[in-house]
Amino acid sequence: MSNFNFLLFGVYPYIALAICLIGSWARFDLSQYSWKAGSSQMLSNNRMRLASNLFHVGIIFILAGHFVGLLMPEALYHSFITSGQKQIVAMVSGGFFGILCLIGLVMLIHRRLTDARVRATSSTSDIMILFVLLAQLVLGLLTIVASTGHLDGSVMVLLGTWAQSLVTLQPVKAAGAIESVSVIYKLHVFLGMTLFVLFPFTRLVHIVSAPVWYLGRRYQIVRQKGVKPAMPRPQRPRTYEVPARETVAPKAVPATAKSKAPV
Amino acid sequence: MKIRSQVGMVLNLDKCIGCHTCSITCKNVWTSREGMEYAWFNNVETKPGIGYPKEWENQDKWKGGWVRNGDGTINPRIGGKFRVLANIFANPDLPTIDDYYEPFDFDYQNLHTAPISDHQPVARPRSLISGQRMEKIEWGPNWEEILGTEFAKRRKDKNFDKVQADIYGQYENTFMMYLPRLCEHCLNPACAASCPSGAIYKREEDGIVLIDQEKCRGWRMCISGCPYKKIYFNWKSGKSEKCIFCFPRIEAGMPTVCAETCVGRIRYLGVLLYDADRIHEVASTVNEQDLYAKQLEIFLDPFDPKVIEQALNDGVPMSVIEAAQKSPVYKMAVDWKLALPLHPEYRTLPMVWYVPPLSPIQNAASAGHVSMDGVLPDVDSLRIPLRYLANLLTAGDEEPVKLALKRMLAMRAYKRAEQVDGVQDLKVLESVGLSVAQVEDMYRYLAIANYEDRYVIPTAHREEAMSDAFAERSGCGFSFGSGCSGASDTNMFGAKKANRRDIIKTVQLWED
Repeated sequence: MSNFNFLLFGVYPYIALAICLIGSWARFDLSQYSWKAGSSQMLSNNRMRLASNLFHVGIIFILAGHFVGLLMPEALYHSFITSGQKQIVAMVSGGFFGILCLIGLVMLIHRRLTDARVRATSSTSDIMILFVLLAQLVLGLLTIVASTGHLDGSVMVLLGTWAQSLVTLQPVKAAGAIESVSVIYKLHVFLGMTLFVLFPFTRLVHIVSAPVWYLGRRYQIVRQKGVKPAMPRPQRPRTYEVPARETVAPKAVPATAKSKAPV
Repeated sequence: MKIRSQVGMVLNLDKCIGCHTCSITCKNVWTSREGMEYAWFNNVETKPGIGYPKEWENQDKWKGGWVRNGDGTINPRIGGKFRVLANIFANPDLPTIDDYYEPFDFDYQNLHTAPISDHQPVARPRSLISGQRMEKIEWGPNWEEILGTEFAKRRKDKNFDKVQADIYGQYENTFMMYLPRLCEHCLNPACAASCPSGAIYKREEDGIVLIDQEKCRGWRMCISGCPYKKIYFNWKSGKSEKCIFCFPRIEAGMPTVCAETCVGRIRYLGVLLYDADRIHEVASTVNEQDLYAKQLEIFLDPFDPKVIEQALNDGVPMSVIEAAQKSPVYKMAVDWKLALPLHPEYRTLPMVWYVPPLSPIQNAASAGHVSMDGVLPDVDSLRIPLRYLANLLTAGDEEPVKLALKRMLAMRAYKRAEQVDGVQDLKVLESVGLSVAQVEDMYRYLAIANYEDRYVIPTAHREEAMSDAFAERSGCGFSFGSGCSGASDTNMFGAKKANRRDIIKTVQLWED
């Protein structure tokens, strides 16, 4: 096993994950005002519903698929399907949602670059992240093409071993498992790790803010001021003499506004 | 019963001259930043008109406010929680910048630097969003000023429902009024209910509705949820912003900037005590036309000893209760029933109320006489149709509007009789159910409108809000999120500086 391979697939994942976690923590703590979805819909709504929904639905399924597909141990699914069948499932569903996502992403990139308002208000990172995602998505779709050459699920199992070894803190085993797969998978994996590095510094952070708990909360939120003192402050006596309702205008009200304290 | 206090506002439309001083001072203080140029926390509309943003009152189009379901529950009109989340990637009910207007500046520098030519140099408009040339400005925040644009466009005003509107397009039947608008700081805010992040909250002590800028993630559902379209998306920060009711001033006992600077002295600020436990019940009232009366029921009499005791138990400070007893808002909305809520049918229980405007008696000159309803002129013959005002202020119920207008007419008639003819005209007061004391008070508050009477605002008890006052020393005051550390020009996380203009500089120097 080459040292370079170990560095990329045994060490880099941990570095990437550490940057992702510590960076996100730092951003949340120090600069939460910058933590946002970064929507530009109100500047240009043209075909936004189609593009954004295609992209997001596609990428959410793809992410969920990667999570399940990479981290589920062989022993768990072998009683239902074989590795070969699982690979077919992954290729078909990943391909379908990948195409959806690709169509949406290309529309979004086109919009971001050609709409004058969106273009002018974009930051470099907004544009950069779209192209990184595009590259990653195209690489991912190319792996489907590459996978048609070996439908027995062997490569998929190797990649699964890589991911599972990483999360069980066996980097040497992980790097060993991935060493023999085709370069197209390695590029995809490398760029995927890089996305973790970019995560805290781009708008990608909105992923972890997905407001699912909205479903469980009550509609209105009322905030009380400050912290209640441990000892109740002495109030004025609870018994209170009700003043007579002021009924007649005081005679001394002058006809002009006055007596505002000078600022 | 759970008693809370709320700082409410009343605007006396009868005295509004449409000068826009409120809008301008508000803008200068709060929204003259890149990303917020198009946003007016306070704007003044000429009615009838479609307003700003376009057709904001058309909830078939924008889906703002609440709907009551068959089973008696209410939810935001944009949908239940699942629909809100399902639309999070692209909100189908979101106004775009063109529904407000594309903010612009002019190339003033060209006036200084243009080469010698046969023609005068001109300052042409430039977009503040894209920085590009705008050939023609086609809409603005007040495009319909004093009945600008053709009637066919203004005809789309939702308040024309059930009004024979077409005759008001004729020159001799034209009517108009001003409507200054700001956030209503509702008791049942639909924006807060539609915020997926839970960033929008109501403050318990004064009822001001705020967006936590740290917690807002820019899902932009509140913009659709608010039926008044008073939440604005800051395209630069990616967060929503809204009128903050000048809370730093309110806390210090000062009126909001819009109220302070109102040259017509039409604005009133005061405390109302209300029963928070009844909000849901009142907002779910079956008949939309009952919402106004039901909302009045929720306000509590600040002189009632039981109310005072309960309020103290619920943590309302005595200073706030005393302010509630002197509250001009309570007097105008509850005592005299002059002030009415804006579009109560949205079920948000708004807290900025309006005294409807009087208008000239229609056709009085041509007919040679004014039609009378008892001792007062018939309010049905006012130039502004009652129905129009009722659609605006009472969900179409004309009676409360009629009463308010009659009481204002009665006050004028009574004072005129007293000061011109030297007689006390009690008959006119009887006809509208006012006592002498009440009408004298009304005169004092509406006509004299002293500063101290208009603004009765208790100072906030900051000492209770802070656990440790010493820790607050050397604070950096108002800032954009990153505390005092805003000195560096680059932000590691890509945040743009809120107080720097990136698209075009508005102040251009000779040296440039």
